[in-house]
Amino acid sequence: MAPVATPFFFYLLSGIMLIGGILVITRKNPVHSALALIVTLLAQASIYLMLYAPFVAGVQIILYAGGIMVLFLFVIMLVSIDRSMRERQFNSQWIPGIIAATALGGLFMAVFTKGNDIFPEHALPMVENDNTQQIAMKLYGQYMFAFEIASLLLLVAIIGAVVMAKKRI
Amino acid sequence: MTDQHSSLSNLDLETPEKPFLDANELVINMGPQHPATHGVLRVILRLDGEKVLGLECVIGYLHRGVEKIGEHRTYTMFNPYVDRMDYVAAVSNGLGYCETVEKLLNVEAPPRAQHVRVILTELNRIASHQLWLGTHALDIGAITPLFYTFRDREEILKIYEKYCGARLTTHAFRIGGLQYETYTGFEKEVKNFLDFFRPKIDEYEELLTTNRIWVERTKNVGTISAQDCIALGVTGPVLRASGVKWDLRKAQPYANYKNFDFEIPIGQNGDTYDRYLVRMAEMRQSVRIIEQAVGALPEGPIMAKVPKVMKPAAGEVYHSIEAPKGELGYFIVSDGSTQPYRVRVRPPSFVNLQALDVMCRGQLVADVIAVIGTLDIVLGEVDR
Amino acid sequence: MGQILDYIKSYLSSSQTPGAAGNMFWVLVYILLVFAGLSVAVIAMNWLERKILAHMQVRLGPMRVGPHGLMQPIADAIKLLLKEDIMPAEADGLIFWVAPFVVVLAAFTTFVVVPFGPTHAITDMNIGILFMLGVSSLSVLGIVMAGWASNSHYPLIGALRSSAQMVSYEVAMGLAVVSAILMTSLNAEGTGTLSMIGIVQAQLAQGEWFIFKFFPLGLIAFFIFAVAMVAETNRAPFDLAEAESELTAGFHTEYSGFRWSLFFLAEYSAMIAVSSIAVTLWLGGWLRPFPNFLNNSTWDLVFSLFPGVTFLLFAAMCFYNALRMPKHPLFRVQTIGLAGFGVVLGLIGLVLFIPAVSVRIQDIFWFSAKVAGFMYLYIWYRGTFPRYRFDQLMRMGWKVLLPMGLGVLILTASVALLQQKLWHQ
Repeated sequence: MAPVATPFFFYLLSGIMLIGGILVITRKNPVHSALALIVTLLAQASIYLMLYAPFVAGVQIILYAGGIMVLFLFVIMLVSIDRSMRERQFNSQWIPGIIAATALGGLFMAVFTKGNDIFPEHALPMVENDNTQQIAMKLYGQYMFAFEIASLLLLVAIIGAVVMAKKRI
Repeated sequence: MTDQHSSLSNLDLETPEKPFLDANELVINMGPQHPATHGVLRVILRLDGEKVLGLECVIGYLHRGVEKIGEHRTYTMFNPYVDRMDYVAAVSNGLGYCETVEKLLNVEAPPRAQHVRVILTELNRIASHQLWLGTHALDIGAITPLFYTFRDREEILKIYEKYCGARLTTHAFRIGGLQYETYTGFEKEVKNFLDFFRPKIDEYEELLTTNRIWVERTKNVGTISAQDCIALGVTGPVLRASGVKWDLRKAQPYANYKNFDFEIPIGQNGDTYDRYLVRMAEMRQSVRIIEQAVGALPEGPIMAKVPKVMKPAAGEVYHSIEAPKGELGYFIVSDGSTQPYRVRVRPPSFVNLQALDVMCRGQLVADVIAVIGTLDIVLGEVDR
Repeated sequence: MGQILDYIKSYLSSSQTPGAAGNMFWVLVYILLVFAGLSVAVIAMNWLERKILAHMQVRLGPMRVGPHGLMQPIADAIKLLLKEDIMPAEADGLIFWVAPFVVVLAAFTTFVVVPFGPTHAITDMNIGILFMLGVSSLSVLGIVMAGWASNSHYPLIGALRSSAQMVSYEVAMGLAVVSAILMTSLNAEGTGTLSMIGIVQAQLAQGEWFIFKFFPLGLIAFFIFAVAMVAETNRAPFDLAEAESELTAGFHTEYSGFRWSLFFLAEYSAMIAVSSIAVTLWLGGWLRPFPNFLNNSTWDLVFSLFPGVTFLLFAAMCFYNALRMPKHPLFRVQTIGLAGFGVVLGLIGLVLFIPAVSVRIQDIFWFSAKVAGFMYLYIWYRGTFPRYRFDQLMRMGWKVLLPMGLGVLILTASVALLQQKLWHQ
């Protein structure tokens, strides 16, 4: 069985992601932006698949594309399009923007050129078939504490949202 | 009860309600081509999300000027026109008109005619309630009861067809009595229908009365208090479901309703579920009345002595009957000529429709549909 | 040429799905077969829904086009294809055009992993069930896009309703699914599986359908899923997104012709897809009744007769109704047509009696029969229930099904753990 993870697919998906990302910030209509973001997220899920991480890809589709983005759209749809079309798209903060972009780019370049020491040279021998189990083991074993902290954070957010919404009733 | 009648309601329909935070208020045009507005009613809804902040009815899409037509027809000629107002209860319309003119002429229909009139109008009440039930259930999403009620309504229409040749706009009564003697086997067929129909009411109730979804959709939906009903002039099953025992058949007996033994079903909460129960109970009561009337159908003439050319003395008269939808009143002014000077109809649908705003405020869009259904309006009568 | 033939033949000896074996030719064949079968199923479903609903409502349903209206779906399809494709002037063009395709794509793609048999699936993924839930959750995007792009109030409200509804019910649905997946881990190694085929094989290995597992836990989880899946597919009594009496037609109010038919197609394939999930997770997928209990060659033979007998029954129904047709020259074509249809069904039934065929077709038959049961339930619901109101729907999703799902999940996990402990002692 020939591997699917050929460079062609990598460049194709990266291209889709980049185009989608650019569309997200250049579209004036927020609904178009959100849809472009969904395309980006789906392409990202495919890249996860290429990395032999099917579980992460599945979760990415369910949570981001299917769940969070729907809620995004839910809110955006109620916004008056006319008003958002008139608003300025960029806030002209060129200097901080350039600094941030340079810093991030520098970081990426550093990782790319000097990263061989930090990251292993080859992909980890992660077998596709027990990928889900591996994640479960890591999540509920090694990173249990972090996992619980994250869930606590989410619980706080839920309670906060309920309290804010409750005022209305 | 008495303080309910005396105290005025504190209705305030002028102050607009504001949406939550500064969310956009959504204005929706429901109708006139909406599948659930029972014809050509147009409702302009102001919504906050799905919550109704207020609404306004726009009517007149079916206006045919029935009242104006009445001024240019003789009393006899106008009779068929009234059937076209509430076309699902045409017989009741005819009864109201005929009795009003009889009052103006000071004649009274003979007992046999009155009995037949009661039988036919009560059959009509059942037919009207059946149609209401079917469409109301359809609005709430239960599609099957519609076919059951139409199947059974067919039997009533068959009786009409045999009696006077028409099924919907029957023109069954004449001023002063009836034109047609009952056909052979009329009594037997009506009795057969009653035997056939009694288990059918149970069948409808089985489908809906204890259905969880039905109860959730109708309980505490479109609630209206007795005071508000009275302040708005709402009558019929809607008023009775709010707990007011007001039925013109008992309160101001017309035809010969005082000879029959029946009860006025009332509700307590004035919500959609109570209105449903009241109408179901009314169907059972109608069966009771018809049974008594058919059992004691007197012999005798069917037409009183009325002049060929009717020229009632100048004057005015108001007479109202309990139509299936509420108080149906006719106000006729005569100037002594062959044509009425003015005919004014007090249509129950139009008056009941005024309660829509009160009943829908603060409810959801889905409830508006349920409330329009439960008010049981016929646009032909609202617009006339 | 010989190489290609060898390539094609090489799959026949493998005992995997074509996708897992990586044989492109057979993958293509399977894709074509599945989607052709799906289209036929949607057409049949269209006819059956109208007929069954009609008989529930004391009427006959379509009777004119073909004998007993058998050709009605085809006539409808032609009508829809020939209709004008209308786009509102103020609509958002691109999104309006794309939306139906997104919905159809999402509904069809899920069938990639549906296991009609141990080898009868396009492919087997190790995240099969996750893939199905994920892709089917994408269809809500299409609905939201359609509702918003129509630039009209009723579709917008319909889209808002359906997105809120689908996102809410996905949570309860997910919990029910997780509790079923948890049951697959009750084996010696203690590891479960997300693969659709693996789930069914786990049921075979454990000797019972998961609906009966840890009674009543499996049943409750199944019940939660069965409710949530009706809400997921926007069908009665949860059809608020397209509530005809409230929102005219909901999100597809402004659509017509071919694009509307795509929504229709997507709705019915989504119904089949979620029913397939339910069948796979709780009702033993392709397994015939009592695969372990009545496990000898006699019973194998008896159960292998079922597909053929079913088709013969259909054929007999056709012949019976052909005999009942009015004996009038005008009905001659219809009578012959019905009898001809019966002959075709009967021939299919006879072919299914050939042992070589019946062995291969059995799995597909049992799977389809179970899914068909769910399809009947869908129709039955529609004929019986009034529609829920939006707030009631939400309350049921969040306050009834979600706590129930959580409780079932925790209980299932505890019982499973207990059983695991007992095993290791």
